[in-house]
Amino acid sequence: MTAATTTTRTPDPLLQIDALRVEFGPAASPLVAVDDLALHVDEGEVVGVVGESGSGKSVAALATMGLVDPPARIAARRLRFAGVDLLAVGERERRALVGKDLAMIFQDPLASLNPCFTVAFQLTEVLRAHGSSAERASARARRERALQLLRQVGIADAEARLDAYPHQLSGGMAQRVMIAMAVACRPRLLIADEPTTALDVTVQAQILDLLMQLQARERMAMILISHDLALVAQAAHRVVVMYAGRIVEAGPAAALFDAPRHPYTRALLDALPEHNVGRARLQALPGVVPGRDDRPRGCLLSPRCAHAVQRCRDVDPAVLCADGREVRCHFPLARPGANDA
Amino acid sequence: MPEAASQAPLLQAQGLVRHYAVSRGWLAPKAVVRALDGISFTLESGRTLAVVGESGCGKSTLARLVTMIERPTAGTLTLGGVELATAGPRERRALRPQVSMVFQNPYAQLNPRKTIAALLAEPLAINTTLAAGERRDAALAMMARVGLRPDQAGRYPHMFSGGQRQRIAIARALMLSPRLVVADEPVSALDVSVQAQVLNLLMDLQRDTAVAYLFISHNLHVVRHIAERILVMYLGRVVESGARDRIFARPAHPYTRALLAATPRLDAARPGPGSIVRGELPSPLAPPRGCAFHARCPHAVERCRAEPPALQPLDDQQVACHLALELNR
Amino acid sequence: MSDGASAIEDVQAAGTGAGGSWHEAWNAFRAGRGALVGMAIIATLLLAALGADLIAPHSPIEQARDAALTPPAWRADGTRAYLLGTDELGRDMLSRLIHGTRLSLAIGFVSVALSLLVGVPLGLVAGTFGGWTQVAVMRLMDVMLALPSLLLAIAVVAILGPGLANATIAIAIVLLPHMVRLTRAAVLEEIAKDYVTSSRIAGAGPWRLMFSTLLPNCVAPLIVQSTLGFSSAILDAAALGFLGLGAQPPTPEWGSMLAGALEFIQRAPWVVTEPGLAILVTVLGFNLMGDGLRDALDPRLRR
Repeated sequence: MTAATTTTRTPDPLLQIDALRVEFGPAASPLVAVDDLALHVDEGEVVGVVGESGSGKSVAALATMGLVDPPARIAARRLRFAGVDLLAVGERERRALVGKDLAMIFQDPLASLNPCFTVAFQLTEVLRAHGSSAERASARARRERALQLLRQVGIADAEARLDAYPHQLSGGMAQRVMIAMAVACRPRLLIADEPTTALDVTVQAQILDLLMQLQARERMAMILISHDLALVAQAAHRVVVMYAGRIVEAGPAAALFDAPRHPYTRALLDALPEHNVGRARLQALPGVVPGRDDRPRGCLLSPRCAHAVQRCRDVDPAVLCADGREVRCHFPLARPGANDA
Repeated sequence: MPEAASQAPLLQAQGLVRHYAVSRGWLAPKAVVRALDGISFTLESGRTLAVVGESGCGKSTLARLVTMIERPTAGTLTLGGVELATAGPRERRALRPQVSMVFQNPYAQLNPRKTIAALLAEPLAINTTLAAGERRDAALAMMARVGLRPDQAGRYPHMFSGGQRQRIAIARALMLSPRLVVADEPVSALDVSVQAQVLNLLMDLQRDTAVAYLFISHNLHVVRHIAERILVMYLGRVVESGARDRIFARPAHPYTRALLAATPRLDAARPGPGSIVRGELPSPLAPPRGCAFHARCPHAVERCRAEPPALQPLDDQQVACHLALELNR
Repeated sequence: MSDGASAIEDVQAAGTGAGGSWHEAWNAFRAGRGALVGMAIIATLLLAALGADLIAPHSPIEQARDAALTPPAWRADGTRAYLLGTDELGRDMLSRLIHGTRLSLAIGFVSVALSLLVGVPLGLVAGTFGGWTQVAVMRLMDVMLALPSLLLAIAVVAILGPGLANATIAIAIVLLPHMVRLTRAAVLEEIAKDYVTSSRIAGAGPWRLMFSTLLPNCVAPLIVQSTLGFSSAILDAAALGFLGLGAQPPTPEWGSMLAGALEFIQRAPWVVTEPGLAILVTVLGFNLMGDGLRDALDPRLRR
């Protein structure tokens, strides 16, 4: 169930997820946050994950990092990172991996930084755990590296910022500090969960630029999660679209946004104001995302889809693969711009 | 195009100023935060004026002044012909039904302990003498108008999704048939598909009731869709203002250009490093001398550092930039 | 759109169908064992208090001098007539304890109610109006808090005179500053939120703001404080009774029962330990329930 990528295919993808399922609540009537998720990320590749609230994109990322605790239930046919089986691995091995080779940054930097400790302390904490032997041994070496990291993420006046507390930093600067912490040990994969959403527009562009520079320079793979389609279109090689916990479409970024195959992707694009220039009304997708109690028997989009027929309501579509694109739909849109056909 | 010139604008500001005194301890003199530092604009009935800017530009302060939560420090702000800076409590109370507000956060702007019906009836209970039954009927009617079912009237806000809560907030804002609704980032916290639904609702309601919108947003795509005129603000000042199409066709001020360049677009590649504006917003406690934007502006010259530019007309836009003519030849 | 941790909270909240309803709180409350035990204890006490006249085998104040200091029934020299023994004047301990439940619960309820009746509006006013009003109210509360609670109670009773009613008023005064501070803290947190601004814009005046908009949202910490205030009231009443400043003989209030019985602690220990245990169990019950309520009503502590 994996698709060919636009980058050179290495024999084994860096991250391989197969049939991931995350459930909350009582086992009899669970809330399924992520269902049958299949995702792979190659070395140096940027994969964008797009979806709205309730799509499960954040939960999937957290589950991969091992940050979802019981009583939630996580199950997968395969969840491998750099050859390590994340489902079977023990706590110690997982901790050696997470934070070092696999890192994550979150949406609200000021909420993600500990308000009681200085930037220096929090940066060096990462180095103390995962740094080189020199860094683990010497506080001086750690501080030097911390300074270097701050400069690398574009913080002017790094010396002064190092001893500042998070509340003394602006949103953009705090996010840079988060990024510094995440890349301190040169991770092979960075998961960025809505990294720019809480920031001002001009700062968003700076942060995204920084992330892409780091990605290119360190050959770091990245999973970029966002509800902003344009942001993902600009940054990702490949894009995955999620709806109500499932992947509904996947493929190379340019092809996916130019000619979406799934009606949901099409609807998302159609709802954007920039695709409705000159129109009085936006083309809005009616209805709401299904919650726990109103999940349709067939395709999850069927109550809202303009193209739905009886088969869609009865039978859950399987994922169809064709020339590098995946679609979970009985009747994928064929032609680019096909609408109300 | 503005309507008959004899009709006074619904909302008019002239040199509007709002300063806050910030205490810095007992012995130090108070610092002054110039949240709004002399802005002027007009808004006609039934029109939409978009206020665009990032944090610290003063848009929230403007919202608070227009909704009469606070008084201006200086300058004039006229709502429906009444000067708000000097209006007495009775005049302000009489004006209350004419202006209402919709906030950004769908989760925080509805009282969690009140049912939807009670929330919608509250403005009527405060401002009118309608009986309880009449209030409830009005609430149900408004719910239908914004696309909610009557059986949902007895529910509490947390039982609704973000988009539905925003609809409830809009319904509540319209209960007194106001002439002006201040919308402070009303769709910024919503998903794309829900955003489209709510924007459509706002535009339908405007068409039906001729309500005017003061639409605050940092999302230029949304602004482009809904606004007729645009006010671009930076650190408490207006840097550019004009008709929507003019500004998008030819953004005259470097900050407006920076905003446009920074906004991701599906049909364009990422902005190259040259067009990404550097630096961060200056602290409002220590605004730069001269033009507030000069530290980040790629075109800044000596004059920009020394002298704050005034808002000058440029064709039919207004721009506050010393280099407006050169940059827009 | 939310950051990592709250994505999970959002999902869980969505899954359980509510973000903070009373129903949700009740479910969370039920999950705590201690809370249920506490509730069971309180329910038993309530039954005892309400049905005292029916349940108590003897009159609580009738003396039987020839049966003075009879041991409890489980001892060899005890009798079934007096299940828990008698005190130095031959009064049945069990009946006195059961009737004492009425008094203790009444004291707890009335003093907490009084402190809420005065304290909540004070806290609302202090938080809403701010400025000098707030300073005046809070400094007065600070003064009251500076005194040890028992000394304050004693001082009030000394002014008003001994007796159960005055003791109750004294305890209400002791509880007052806590209610005021809690209410004001809750108000300060809520008043910055958008829904309060929204009510202001709709034209709500200060009274509507305080009682209709803010108060329902400040209630959760007050509920918890009230249950814990109950137990502290009972303890204070017992202390005052012990000092002879609360209930006067022959009223079967647990604290004064303790006071009168100290000299018999060696000869007839049950006269001392039984009221002591009654106090302990009651306080424990209210504390358990208060803890359970706090865990249920504070969304951050919910597991």
